[in-house]
Amino acid sequence: MTEKRPTARKEIGDVAMGYDDDAGNAGIVRTRKVTFDQPGQELALEGGGVLTPFTLAYETYGKLSERKDNAVLVTHALSGDAHVAGLHSANDKRPGWWDMMIGPGKGLDTDKYFVICANVIGGCSGSTGPASENPATGRPYGTDFPIITIKDMVNAQMLLLDHLGIGKLLAAVGGSMGGMQVLELAISHPDRTHLCVPLATAARQPTMAIAFNEVGRQAIMADPNWHGGHYYGGKSPAKGLSVARMVGHITYLSDEAMEEKFGRRLQDIHDYTFTFSADFEVESYLRHQGLSFTNRFDANTLLYITRALDYFDLTRQHGTLVKAFADVKARFLVMGFSSDWLHPPYQLKEIVSALRATHKHVSYYEVDSHYGHDAFLLEREKMEGIIAAFLASGARTYTPLAPAAPAG
Amino acid sequence: MRRIDYKLIEDLVPDGSTVLDLACGDGELLSELIIEKHVHGSGVEIDQAAVEKCIGRGLSVFHGDLDAGLADFDDQSHDVVILSLSLQQLRRPRMIVREMVRVGRLAIVSFPNFAHWVPRSQLVLRGRMPVSRDLPYQWWDTPNIHLCTIQDFRALCREEGLCIEHEQYLRSVEKPPPARIVAPNLLARIAIFVVTRC
Repeated sequence: MTEKRPTARKEIGDVAMGYDDDAGNAGIVRTRKVTFDQPGQELALEGGGVLTPFTLAYETYGKLSERKDNAVLVTHALSGDAHVAGLHSANDKRPGWWDMMIGPGKGLDTDKYFVICANVIGGCSGSTGPASENPATGRPYGTDFPIITIKDMVNAQMLLLDHLGIGKLLAAVGGSMGGMQVLELAISHPDRTHLCVPLATAARQPTMAIAFNEVGRQAIMADPNWHGGHYYGGKSPAKGLSVARMVGHITYLSDEAMEEKFGRRLQDIHDYTFTFSADFEVESYLRHQGLSFTNRFDANTLLYITRALDYFDLTRQHGTLVKAFADVKARFLVMGFSSDWLHPPYQLKEIVSALRATHKHVSYYEVDSHYGHDAFLLEREKMEGIIAAFLASGARTYTPLAPAAPAG
Repeated sequence: MRRIDYKLIEDLVPDGSTVLDLACGDGELLSELIIEKHVHGSGVEIDQAAVEKCIGRGLSVFHGDLDAGLADFDDQSHDVVILSLSLQQLRRPRMIVREMVRVGRLAIVSFPNFAHWVPRSQLVLRGRMPVSRDLPYQWWDTPNIHLCTIQDFRALCREEGLCIEHEQYLRSVEKPPPARIVAPNLLARIAIFVVTRC
């Protein structure tokens, strides 16, 4: 008999669930950092300017094979970080944000694959972002930090791959903003991955998502503590950030999931209080989520990352989606989630159709789930086998990066 | 052993063509077509376990419900669209035949012939709904909700204005077909039709 791990409540993204029995079995991991400060390691930004030096925080799981042909890059979503699986210490109660998918015997099997996850540039969990020191002033960047894009995030991670000695990934896997990074990687670095698994994402940020992001940004900028983004050392715009997070949470759930999780239940009371306190469970939940977010997330990072999301539009960049994907070499497994109203399945199918138009190798799977956008963080049974099968078949067809042709 | 009906379908598919296999199951036919006929093939399948098998085989597969049509596929985007032994399980078979000739230049449809003498005699002589090797279900749990005969399918093609390019009959999925079947509507267990828009 195996001893069961105590079933703590996890709040991955947003729907609290019990942990799986094999939670944290990727083991104890440490977040590492690498700083790119050498000539040739400057990050030329899409919006102009150069970010240098810059640091990326990252974690790895499993072992890189001698032939370096088993690396899988996991790209994170808006509020994610490098801690994608495992535990930070023996008594750590919270495994990484996609622990259900990464570990020995899981979808991304760390007995077979070398999994890498890095905090994006602009982030606030170890990588260079608006809270980092601006070398020009010796003070935190704040809003002097340059506007970054999904492409910039991807380019930064390519330097991390160089640092790790990985030419071509077996796969790039990510949901939501992570999915956008996967698409961008396939397009702007077609030789650097054999497989792509974009989940719950879109080839262009949909209008409704821009709208919700704008509400979040306005909430932060309306907070008197924001001070034009230069609040470090003083009070942070926690109220604004908290409201931004509450809005975000609503978009990650679904009507059905909210009905099931909260209904109209009252929070620890039997009748209305006839006040504006959090009578309903859903109110109390959102307030708690908003508040706890302010302990781990920087308001300026939310501004920068939502901007990067909003600017993501492969159609604008390439003319048409078909053209955008015309030169990709990777094989694709695209996954949509039935109740996701932030990125409904049609947005994933658009990607599939565009890839199919030029006869790319693409499969589509639609997970039937009522968890909304968050489903990609929760529906283990419905995703794991398909992702594992895709990686296994990809490992059989993987070919290493052809050595660069000699100059001249 | 390779299934004879698959072998016959393979013979009907031009080498190197683009093929869409509807209700492709675990991808056996598609895999054979890729190996034998060098097709650029992909499938449509609704079942999670079957999709997983296809993906494990390295096939390109689209998870979808044929009863919702083929809206995700462009007009004339494929050389050949195949529907193997699944027509009778669909809720709207007429719609799917129409969709097949919209998406593909050539449609290959195979189905169990309900007018074959075995089911025919079960119904006529025993007065019971047929249960046979091809149709092994009781009436109350069968997924085969739209059974038809060779004559019925010909009539559908006429109504839809489709040209029948070829008809092939089988007495068994294990044995090669005889050179000629007289009275196929009575003697063929399975029929394979190749149809196009006229």
